[in-house]
Amino acid sequence: MGHFTYYWHSSRNHLQGRAGLLRGVLLLFLMVNFWFAASAFALEVPGYRGYINDYAEMISPQEEARLERALQSFDLTDSTQVAVLTIPSLEGGALEDFSIRTVDKWGIGQKGKDNGVLLLIAKKERKIRIEVGRGLEGVLTDLLSGRIIDDIITPSFKAGQYDQGIESGLAAIIQATRGEFKADSIPRRRRHRDEPSPLFKFLFFGFAAVAFLASISRPLGMVAGGLLFPLAFLFGLFPGFGLLALLLFIPGGALFGGLLLPMILANFFRGGGGFYMGSGGFGRGGGFSSSGGFGGFGGGGFGGGGASGGW
Amino acid sequence: MKRLLQLIVFPMLLFGLVGCGYNTIQTNDEAVIAAWGDVEASYQRRADLIPNLVEVVKAYAAHEKETLTAVTEARSKVGKLQIGSDVINNPAAMSQFQAAQGSLSSALSRLMVVVERYPDLKANQNFRDLQHQLEGTENRINVARVRFNDAVRIFNTSIRTFPNNLTNKFLLQLPRREPFKAEAGAEKAPAVKF
Repeated sequence: MGHFTYYWHSSRNHLQGRAGLLRGVLLLFLMVNFWFAASAFALEVPGYRGYINDYAEMISPQEEARLERALQSFDLTDSTQVAVLTIPSLEGGALEDFSIRTVDKWGIGQKGKDNGVLLLIAKKERKIRIEVGRGLEGVLTDLLSGRIIDDIITPSFKAGQYDQGIESGLAAIIQATRGEFKADSIPRRRRHRDEPSPLFKFLFFGFAAVAFLASISRPLGMVAGGLLFPLAFLFGLFPGFGLLALLLFIPGGALFGGLLLPMILANFFRGGGGFYMGSGGFGRGGGFSSSGGFGGFGGGGFGGGGASGGW
Repeated sequence: MKRLLQLIVFPMLLFGLVGCGYNTIQTNDEAVIAAWGDVEASYQRRADLIPNLVEVVKAYAAHEKETLTAVTEARSKVGKLQIGSDVINNPAAMSQFQAAQGSLSSALSRLMVVVERYPDLKANQNFRDLQHQLEGTENRINVARVRFNDAVRIFNTSIRTFPNNLTNKFLLQLPRREPFKAEAGAEKAPAVKF
């Protein structure tokens, strides 16, 4: 301890910034460790395949196709998204914890409307949960969700009629939430292909401008590069750099604009004009190829509303 | 020449702040305040449920007076708590808040254990509805607390890592925020006596 205190004081005197940095890095390292440790014990959230995700094989194929269509048409008219997930077992985890992690990861419902509902069933534990998005908490209250579980789903499940229980449960959820939201008249643009962010637009045009100026004269390119690089930094392209680094970017940018870029360009044009810029590839590329019309979930928010039960 | 220098140096200093994490710290601070708002709202929701719950339980289990009084008293203590974003800036108020809500939690869980002895009450539709609402509220509290702790962790990291620590030290001087700690005794399941 004495040694440590000594080191502490000496570092305070001489290396204040570095000690702070060291502490920060250590803290970050510890946190990342804890995070991994925490996530290693918890049951992994599976990916979604559609509105109905029957991982526990509880729903018959015909019923699954029927419910999938019904939920899709409800999504199209009301924009409210209702999803079903059945899992074989919670593997010792808590139902509510798994449920909130699932909806956070899937993002059921539309962003801003927060109109998603998840019906979660854990087969081995015989547990049911209805997780309700923030936007629907007013119509599908905890009380109503609890009654749907107790009075509608549970009796069918007790008799072993899973199809029946899920269908009537979903019907009750849809009945409660119908009319609360309306689908936008223009077809919604889902996650795939977002508008490129202003930063990328800025960079794209900045890059083009520097290239253009550099092709006129090298000094001009140097000046442009020296301006663009620090600006790109200010726009947050390189987060975590201090003011000092900003000064370094000016010569760096000048070097890039004045020397490197003309060289690269010359090489490209010599190579037969194959100047390829990944056009429009800036979106998040959510790979929901619309097979069967399911366009993915819209990123709705949840706050822990809903109810749990069992059969 | 001097004017030109000023024209260059001033915006550079201004924008330099962006690079020093000034905006990041502010954004994270707002996130903590918003998360705290959710925590308070969900605790308030629980406090609002309690009078109804006590009434329903009283009708079936009037002689569990001790447990019912404990809940009512803990509820009134919670009602007197200081609220608002001042709480998160003041560690003493924060631990007071946690202690009061914690004692209400344990009083409530004792009540729910006692209730197990009254089948008529458990079958009562009114009580079952309240139980769902209470469970939902406890779950909301849990979610809000976890999200608050996440926001606090992000905020604390952002004021402690370089170069943001310098920005905070010389410019903002925001204090480190306290996350929720696991409640004392929460690891023990309540004892059931027959």
